[in-house]
Amino acid sequence: MGAAEHTLLRLATAGSVDDGKSTLVGRLLHDCKAILADQIAHVKTVSEARGGDFDFALLTDGLRAEREQGITIDVAYRYFATDKRSFILADCPGHVQYTRNTVTGASTADVVIILVDARHGVLEQTRRHLAVAGLLRVPHVVLAVNKIDLVGYDEAVYTKIAEDVGEVADQLGIADLQAIPVSALVGDNVVERSAQTPWYDGPTLLELLENAGGRTDTSQQPLRFPVQYVIRPQTDDQYRDYRGYTGTVASGTVTVGDQVIVLPAGRRTSVAGIDRPIVTATSTAVAERPSAVAGEAVTVRLADDIDVARGSVIVAAEASPGTRRELAATVSWLSDRPLTVGARVLIKHTTTSAQAIVTKITGALDLDTLGVIDAAELHLNDIGKVQLKIAAPLAADPYSRNTITGSFLLIDAHDGWTLAAGMIDDEEGELL
Amino acid sequence: MTATVTELDALESESIFVFREVAAEFERPVILFSGGKDSIVMLHLARKAFAPAGVPFTLLHVDTGHNFPEVLAYRDSVVEQLGLRLEVARVEEYLADGRLRERTDGTRNQLQTIPLLDAINGHRFDAVFGGGRRDEERARAKERIFSLRDEFGQWDPRNQRPELWSLYNGKHRPGEHVRVFPLSNWTELDVWNYIEREGIPLPSIYYAHERDVFERDGMLLAVGPYSRPRDGETVAQRTVRYRTVGDMSCTGAVASDATTAAEVVIEVAASEITERGATRADDRASEAAMEDRKREGYF
Repeated sequence: MGAAEHTLLRLATAGSVDDGKSTLVGRLLHDCKAILADQIAHVKTVSEARGGDFDFALLTDGLRAEREQGITIDVAYRYFATDKRSFILADCPGHVQYTRNTVTGASTADVVIILVDARHGVLEQTRRHLAVAGLLRVPHVVLAVNKIDLVGYDEAVYTKIAEDVGEVADQLGIADLQAIPVSALVGDNVVERSAQTPWYDGPTLLELLENAGGRTDTSQQPLRFPVQYVIRPQTDDQYRDYRGYTGTVASGTVTVGDQVIVLPAGRRTSVAGIDRPIVTATSTAVAERPSAVAGEAVTVRLADDIDVARGSVIVAAEASPGTRRELAATVSWLSDRPLTVGARVLIKHTTTSAQAIVTKITGALDLDTLGVIDAAELHLNDIGKVQLKIAAPLAADPYSRNTITGSFLLIDAHDGWTLAAGMIDDEEGELL
Repeated sequence: MTATVTELDALESESIFVFREVAAEFERPVILFSGGKDSIVMLHLARKAFAPAGVPFTLLHVDTGHNFPEVLAYRDSVVEQLGLRLEVARVEEYLADGRLRERTDGTRNQLQTIPLLDAINGHRFDAVFGGGRRDEERARAKERIFSLRDEFGQWDPRNQRPELWSLYNGKHRPGEHVRVFPLSNWTELDVWNYIEREGIPLPSIYYAHERDVFERDGMLLAVGPYSRPRDGETVAQRTVRYRTVGDMSCTGAVASDATTAAEVVIEVAASEITERGATRADDRASEAAMEDRKREGYF
């Protein structure tokens, strides 16, 4: 999809506490005229009651505790549109305690905006958030050097921070990094170009977002179709013998007549039909369609009556990933309970859930050196490398090639808590 | 601005994915169905997700007893036409036997929480679909698509599970349940664009009609059995429509000439006031009215 079409862009913010993320988001929404009269009136009333100026952060910090403490605790999702495109914005917290929420916001983002306070420069949280963006392979990273008004619009300060972050980004393999000097409070270079930064000739934040390429187009990759749910109406009508496999095309294109393999069984067959629903006020039926592409939720019928169930993955016959019961992966550890070797967990990978054992912790990322160091355990917010043995065969790809068949969750079998975000390493076993 | 087909198709596919995940992983899911536009769009998407088979979910309506008659009639005709199963939890039964007491302001949206939680426990529902959208309100903007509730139905916004990629974690312990919001990423405008594109019928009160109304706190309230003008509030016949439906006593109408979905799309796109700001008195009660209700188990 080209930028010329009116498309949806998903973005997330990241940065340390008090870097001004909520203020930036409030400013962006306000200056895009995405805030309506009653919301502005509400913020005015609350700001005045507290005896202060209009507080842009109140446009997004919605929880009682957030307003009391002036920090963001959990991701807030905001929706706005310009003439050029629509945006879904995940406003993420910066506190180290809530890094899991930054991972949440960034996992679906096309663009991550990382804020740095111009007075403080690169902090450990900046490195952590850059590492998360690199690890999740977010296509575009924007560095917003905020509070530029508080350093007298000094070009040298901006350049130094941009260079520091650029170095870290290079080490982390972040390909697309763009820096912008902004003041969220005053509005410099957010939507309006600032007269205070004549030395900066790049785009404003909004211009950059309006023109950023979207997610990587995965429709040209090999077909991956994880089966979610089998439809068998067993009614007395034309659908008596209907058997359809529902799912969302994870990558590639599925076309009627395609030769496919159903994993994990490894049975070969072909696509007999692809259905789309026809729903009226009183009736439900399906009509055939010739093909479907990545991102579309469809129903597939197969030529042969073979064993297909939730957890099966229909893949292109000429490019099957095969299956594996052992994985080397990079994980972002999201739990207060540390991960130890021998831990039994649940793994959720596409539509398969299975038991797994952590057989090895290969190392953890040192945020200072960005190198891998030995680690016996992984703790909250650590990024580490592990090996897993799994009780069921998984049709998995490296995350670098397929973010859907390459990602997984680790889940606590006892209480159901999500312990880790996992990304399957490629053959070289690179950390990032 | 109207959304393109591309955007609506992406939203539709995401929602359908969520319905199928829940159907596959939960034992007893239920769809909250009020006869409002969001729950109607939710049901339409659920039907698409399982076509040509029927919807594998029960419907649940938490009935305040303060309904618009047109909405109840719509609810009942949909249930009958599609052969669905409907459970109704009635606030009035709780008022009658003293488990709940009428509020001093006479409104009942807040009173829905206990009957809702009792219905969830009584039927052992383990996944409860709600039509809530994140663009509606500050606290809803914080909501996950799969939102774990404890045995008291409470939402803890400080301790939500991380929600990564489209790997929704529905694991829960006995007594806990998961609220599921398949329309999370839809805006009011998306909903109306979709209603127009799909030709989805709605209760007539969503389109412009003549009604006796009086003004209170800047909102147009209908004159009816549950809402009467007070001294100094004058009744006038106006051409109005509703942006949301709910308890008649605190749901406001907006002045409108829009008689078709296409006209509503234009009106919503140009509106300078939010859906809830324009029509929901109960959300104005305090700075965090919705958050407080959600913490107690409201949807």
